[in-house]
Amino acid sequence: MNFKRMLAITSFNLKQLQKSPDFWIPMLIMGGLFFVVLPAALLFGVTFVQHLQSVKQVGNALGPITQVTGKGLKNKPEAYGLAVHLFAPLAVVVPMTICSAIGANTLVGERERGTGEFLAHCPATEREIYLGKLIASLLPGYAATVVGFGLYSLVVNLIVGPSVGGWFFPTADWWILMFWLIPPFLALALSMILRVSGRVKTAAAAQQSSGLVTLPLILLTYGQSSGTVLGGAGSAIALGAIAWLLAIIGLWRGARAVTRPRLLGIDNV
Amino acid sequence: MLDKETIVELQGIRRSFSETIALSDLSLSVRRGTVAVLLGPNGAGKTTALRMITGALSPEEGTIRVFGLDPLTNGEEVRSRCGVVPATPAFYERLSGRDNLEFAARMYGLEGNGSIEEAAARFGIDYALDSSARSYSTGMKTRLALARAVLHNPELLLLDEPTAGLDPESARSVLQLIDEVASGGKTVLMSTHLLLEAEGLADQVVMIEGGRALVSGAPAELIRQYWPTPTLILDAIDRSLLNQVMDFDGVSGVKVNGGPVTVALDDIQRVPEVIAQLVRRGVQLTRAVPHEATLEELYFVVRGSRESA
Repeated sequence: MNFKRMLAITSFNLKQLQKSPDFWIPMLIMGGLFFVVLPAALLFGVTFVQHLQSVKQVGNALGPITQVTGKGLKNKPEAYGLAVHLFAPLAVVVPMTICSAIGANTLVGERERGTGEFLAHCPATEREIYLGKLIASLLPGYAATVVGFGLYSLVVNLIVGPSVGGWFFPTADWWILMFWLIPPFLALALSMILRVSGRVKTAAAAQQSSGLVTLPLILLTYGQSSGTVLGGAGSAIALGAIAWLLAIIGLWRGARAVTRPRLLGIDNV
Repeated sequence: MLDKETIVELQGIRRSFSETIALSDLSLSVRRGTVAVLLGPNGAGKTTALRMITGALSPEEGTIRVFGLDPLTNGEEVRSRCGVVPATPAFYERLSGRDNLEFAARMYGLEGNGSIEEAAARFGIDYALDSSARSYSTGMKTRLALARAVLHNPELLLLDEPTAGLDPESARSVLQLIDEVASGGKTVLMSTHLLLEAEGLADQVVMIEGGRALVSGAPAELIRQYWPTPTLILDAIDRSLLNQVMDFDGVSGVKVNGGPVTVALDDIQRVPEVIAQLVRRGVQLTRAVPHEATLEELYFVVRGSRESA
């Protein structure tokens, strides 16, 4: 395994993304909407427009959920519940969408452009190509999440903080979610997406298929991320460990998606 | 066992894709420092053969040795010693020519920009290095592909139809560049379906059709083998007078088709003598062209002889 070559593939793929504003501008807008604009609007509404009927309904809805999980919202405003519990799944949807969009195109794109021929004849091993592309697909999504997480924390603390006695976010559960649960779920999803990308004939087909592959994972992660924040840290750490294990197996097996004949556009190997 | 001078050796290679047989019992060998040309029509198996040499494709039967190594088990080493120009050079078009070359350099473990500048200058593409590859013409892309292929100073250059899609001027210039690279001591294996390209460039020609080699050897040797009689093309103001060459010494045949007369000789050295005799007999010649077979003629003779066999 030549790490220099693998990192060369990663950095070159990231450079291509950087030169593709038609790709990253919509992703930036999506991240901004999910991490900043929507939470800010909702939290602002809940915090400063208390008389609204819908706000009371939110509070009523959150009450039983938090009671079931043993984390009642005693003496805390509805905005606290919203910030801590209801926006957690956003941390999943954004990186999953970005990673899926990049990953789906990464191998089939080489075939479509014809650039796979260069990779097929270059000294890099299939595993180096696979891992290089995997990291290049993983990093932008995860980086967007971490940056989004920072911005979201700022929004939450600025809007809700004063009403709960100061800055309170991120909570311990969110740290676990961001740095223990999200990465393996992303890696697991990408291992599947890259397998699809290595096999299909067109980027359009890869996008369609990766949507199908990642939808159950998004739902699963969505449920899990809500549960993590609503549930206990112990169970989250245990589930994260299982997700890491599955991700490692998935990634290891996913390396088979890259073969030289496939890079050349030959399916019958 | 390969001798040190044999760079590429294919023995009894077979490869199919679904129902299509791409290569069937293909054997060939390429010696160090020579230019070998795979000559054959589209679909003959030339690209498949080149792809097998780097180990990008594996054979179903047969053995391949490149630098004495099996490219399937020693792929990394074999590929690091080869430079490849594919039939349709493709680049990451959003990036510049320099970015594309830098990526290639890093894949071959090269540091610094020196080799990039040098390779680009060698193929006359240095002025456009910082432009997006999308803005390159077909000819510029071929030059960039050549620069990318020689960047790491490979021992073996594999060129798949390097002039495909180029205008005659660009094609000629690319062939000159290949000639320059080859004269620098590199071993070149090039595929083409254009017979004129191989002419003058090839030390060895491998005619391939239907996935197997029809003939292989040095062009002059093959011409001697398949086209043993040199010819002389003659024309005169009064063509009827040319019939008398039939009685001359060393003339083995005369072909008259209503136009210029084609005279078959036992030796090309007879040409001055034949012309002198005709002039002495008062024939007013308007054309006298000694003719040795071209690769194109050879190609059709070989194909014809195989078909009749």
